[in-house]
Amino acid sequence: MDIFSFLVQTLNAVQYGLLLFLVASGLTLVFGIMGIINLAHGSFYMAGAYLAFGLTSATGNLLWAIVLGVPLAMAIGAALEALLFVHLYKRDHLEQVLLTYGLILIFEELRSILVGDDVHGVPMPDFLAGSIPLDDTLSYPVYRLAISVVCVGLAIGLYFLIQRTRLGMMIRAGSHDRDMVQSLGINIKLIYRVVFALGVVMAALGGMLAAPISSVAPNMGGQVLILSFVVVVVGGIGSVWGALIGALLIGFADTFGKVILPDFAGVMVYLVMAAVLLWRPEGLLGKG
Amino acid sequence: MSDIAMREDLLVARGLHTYYGASHILHGVDFSVKKGEALGLMGRNGMGKTTLIRSMMGLVRAAEGSVQVRGQEMRGAATHAIARRGIAYVPEGRGIFPNLSVRENLEMAARAGVDGQRNWTFERVMETFPRLSERLGNGGGQLSGGEQQMLTIGRALMTNPDLLILDEATEGLAPLIAREIWRIVREIRLSGIATVVVDKNHAAVSSITDRTMILVKGQVVYDGASEDFRARPELIQQHLGV
Repeated sequence: MDIFSFLVQTLNAVQYGLLLFLVASGLTLVFGIMGIINLAHGSFYMAGAYLAFGLTSATGNLLWAIVLGVPLAMAIGAALEALLFVHLYKRDHLEQVLLTYGLILIFEELRSILVGDDVHGVPMPDFLAGSIPLDDTLSYPVYRLAISVVCVGLAIGLYFLIQRTRLGMMIRAGSHDRDMVQSLGINIKLIYRVVFALGVVMAALGGMLAAPISSVAPNMGGQVLILSFVVVVVGGIGSVWGALIGALLIGFADTFGKVILPDFAGVMVYLVMAAVLLWRPEGLLGKG
Repeated sequence: MSDIAMREDLLVARGLHTYYGASHILHGVDFSVKKGEALGLMGRNGMGKTTLIRSMMGLVRAAEGSVQVRGQEMRGAATHAIARRGIAYVPEGRGIFPNLSVRENLEMAARAGVDGQRNWTFERVMETFPRLSERLGNGGGQLSGGEQQMLTIGRALMTNPDLLILDEATEGLAPLIAREIWRIVREIRLSGIATVVVDKNHAAVSSITDRTMILVKGQVVYDGASEDFRARPELIQQHLGV
């Protein structure tokens, strides 16, 4: 592999990993803070991609679709939390898995009724449609770079929100002792709703950003869900920064696995997971 | 004493019954504390002191009875809504957030009191607890027991409460540290904040409170002036001795 193709693969790995992080961050936050295993989290990624498809068709531009889609995703997340997930906090994991698996089926059926079962594509914004030439044959698409930049921005924003704001302090405190947070006059239910909606928005944004480079298709949430769980387990359940490291690790394992060992591409991700878990069963940044 | 009797009720419970599953813990407890009043709540282990507090805070559902905060019925209300009517609760075991720094433990709780008062600021808490100011960057879990207790009391004060409830504030602390905690509680009381103090050290509690209440098996067996309580050692013998 020459230096340029190595560079291209590295950029691909980073971009893929960061996109996975967007989805996995919500999954790990909701599990770490509210203790909920949400199998329907991949559906939010799918919902984001379909929102991007529908809203781009309507407005003619992916950027408008994102501007409109983010508040929509937030509203959907808050409504789902208020109607369904709020009842799961004190239930055991089996009941959580049953409800959220049921939600996957409902979301897929809704998608089928509303949009149909065809595969769709979403055009990227014109100003991001170009490529940066690297040598005579290789170039790198600007849109993929833009995804990475946006994801890094979001990761920094999330870090700032959780580590530097009072809301973030309340969120972290709530993950430790719910009763104590309430006794200080803080509405923990509202905090949970915000966290859940934030997780939905991150996943949906992942779907929106990915829409132009991957097809918008039925069951697209499933594969992402499994990889997100791998990321969460590798990073340490409940740890957002673990999810970031785990996502990048999985991004590299998948991308370079396909290049170096194409015959084993399908298992590389799981080999990495197995190796990490043998070494640190609680995940890279897990609390054991 | 007489001027306290005239004051407005802050927190009043009437006929509270609370169950944990099938066990009946509170058997119709009447409780009250007025503005600026200091109340000592005593009783042996398992007599219902913490359950009474948790029932009034809405952390446990009381099956029967009423809880009024500043004249408004709050039984069944959310804990945060009860706290926002001016009550700060420092639970047994302290409730420090170990995953937050000392500074964050304090800052996350800051708010104005019910009447908009901001008497307790971060700076004033630092003056009251100089030891904490040296540990601001530490995680809450890295503090000693005494420092953790100072942190929870400081954090409770950051909410500018009218009533501070301290459950076993000196438990497990070295005598010297416990004495420091009592000094601070006295100071808080003198600043006009009503206090409810639950502690095994009846001498210390009765010396800093106006009124003493004793719970036995979920019922109030004594409710009177702390002066009177001190003059009746048989109360200790009968209800509090081990």
